[in-house]
Amino acid sequence: MTSVGFVWKNLYRKKTRTFLTFFCLFIAFLLYVALGSIAVVFSIDTVSGELGANRLQTSAKYSMIDDIPKRYVDEISQLDGVELVTHMSWFGGYYQEPSNMLVTFPVNPSTFFRVYPEYEISDEHLSAFIETRRGMVAPLSIVEQYQWNVGDIVPIGSQIYPQKDGNYTWEFELVGYYVPEQEGQTAVLLQYDYFDEANAFGPGSVGWLAIQITDPQLGPEIAQKIDSMYINSSDPVRTATESEANRQFLAQYGNITLMMSGILIAVFFTILLVCANTMAQAFRERIAELGVLKTIGFNDYKLGLWMLSEAILLSVLPAIFGVIIGMGLLVGVGSSGAAAMFLPTPPMSVVFSTAISSLALAGALGVLVGAIPALTTTRMSIVDAMHA
Amino acid sequence: MAFIELTRVVKNYEKGSEVVHVLQDLNLTLHEGDFLALMGPSGSGKSTLLNLIGGIDQPTAGNVSVDGANLGNMSGSQLAKWRSATIGFVFQFYNLLPFLTAERNVELPLLLTNLRGSQRKENALTALRTVSLEDRAKHKPGELSGGQQQRVAIARAIVADPKILVCDEPTGDLDRQSAQEILALLETLNDRFGKTIIMVTHDPLAAEHAKTVLHLDKGVLVESEQAEVSA
Ligand SMILES: Nc1ncnc2c1ncn2[C@@H]1O[C@H](COP(=O)(O)OP(=O)(O)O)[C@@H](O)[C@H]1O
Ligand SMILES: [Mg+2]
Repeated sequence: MTSVGFVWKNLYRKKTRTFLTFFCLFIAFLLYVALGSIAVVFSIDTVSGELGANRLQTSAKYSMIDDIPKRYVDEISQLDGVELVTHMSWFGGYYQEPSNMLVTFPVNPSTFFRVYPEYEISDEHLSAFIETRRGMVAPLSIVEQYQWNVGDIVPIGSQIYPQKDGNYTWEFELVGYYVPEQEGQTAVLLQYDYFDEANAFGPGSVGWLAIQITDPQLGPEIAQKIDSMYINSSDPVRTATESEANRQFLAQYGNITLMMSGILIAVFFTILLVCANTMAQAFRERIAELGVLKTIGFNDYKLGLWMLSEAILLSVLPAIFGVIIGMGLLVGVGSSGAAAMFLPTPPMSVVFSTAISSLALAGALGVLVGAIPALTTTRMSIVDAMHA
Repeated sequence: MAFIELTRVVKNYEKGSEVVHVLQDLNLTLHEGDFLALMGPSGSGKSTLLNLIGGIDQPTAGNVSVDGANLGNMSGSQLAKWRSATIGFVFQFYNLLPFLTAERNVELPLLLTNLRGSQRKENALTALRTVSLEDRAKHKPGELSGGQQQRVAIARAIVADPKILVCDEPTGDLDRQSAQEILALLETLNDRFGKTIIMVTHDPLAAEHAKTVLHLDKGVLVESEQAEVSA
């Protein structure tokens, strides 16, 4: 048995209590990492970064689910300061099973990749996409995931759009793939023209517009101009910078998520308090024992250090597990396109900084909980300890 | 200088504003190899005296010198180190760590030495053999009787081979049979291994095993008439 072994055995002595404390802290930190990362997404613009600064997004004014007329694309293209306009629609796609949800957008191939240069595609694949009537391109990650090959005819189901014959399963030809700059951008792109003429709801509608402007400074001005153009039409719109639009989209879920975050943060701190109290109680039960160790000749400071390291160990260890599993969950959510549409996926940098801050928090908790026992241990006289 | 020498020792405790005078102007001399039984009514300061000799408490005034060390001059850390090398403690309620096996409890004081793991283990088993409990090495205190636990405690007290054993009512919690075993063991440690023993006891039969018997009453030591005082 070594000193380290002794500290270990100490943690192990009341298995249930140690396990419960461990488990509580594990859950607390798991929550912290998951929610902390998501909360960061709500508070800062991490979704589109710099690239999004010169893009505006226009969608139906009252609900993002509503469509807008396709002619807006051309009309808005005429405005001063507008470089290029492209459009997307929400297809509600899946592959084979509805559970294999795919983020799927019918797009205009020739403008989409110019407005979104961060989606890298070869010239060859791009021209194939432009020229193929039922063309489709997908992110390389999805192509690999489903083991598709360029040239395959891929059935894509839609939760929303039937074809004219009422069939909800569409067939597209995979003509290429692209590589998104950021992980998590996993949209499957379909040839809009074909979608437009073949869907049962009729042609002429798009979901929302992405507008590339010449100067980010002009953003608010152009947005206002667009909104006022259609204010009295039957399809009024709302325009915002892309990051703002993302935030608005998230805000639909955000109110619920934020409330949940609030509750869970309260739970988090309650758990911390309960654990701190448990650890403090465990210490009080051991005072006489510490007196015995002192009597035998264990040094005051060494024993104090033991108490401190025990508290730190007991809080950092579950935090490490919680952080790892929490990060795993976030990465898992991020890589399943379905959930990513409904839950904002924080970039890895945010996840990492949240992870670091949770570990720091765990360390601080350990110091906080361990400080008083450690100091008491160091200072208390043997005679007092043995009388406790 | 005598092996253990207390000169004009005063010990007071402050309880709030009140001062409890426990030991007053106490003198005591013990020789190496002595076996002292310290008797007296409860609250008379026996444990306090034992704590002063064992270096876990310091006198309010006066001098405590043990095996050439002047305890009054030593810092807490120095005293701790000194205790681990010089004194073995045995308590009334054994005070074993409940989550460690007998063997590990006995090994505990050796964590303070430079001995290697295998050597520590060997020494712990030797100490357990000395108290005839080698076969209970893997048992935890909860699985042992009171007498057995006290023997483990004695093994722990002797494992680092200290010159002095300080025992505070070591048989106070035991039945007669177990008490006799403990007393016989202490006697052996005194006779054969030359340990100097200072034992607090209420039991006159226990005191019979000692070489010297002293009574503590109201902070003053009185030599017992029946005791055969060693030279
Ligand atoms: N840590 C302490 N603080 C205050 N008073 C104490 C303390 N330890 C002992 N005393 C008092 O000192 C007196 C002697 O105690 P003690 O040495 O334990 O007696 P004994 O062991 O002879 O029963 C008692 O009156 C006790 O209340
Ligand atoms: Mg006592």
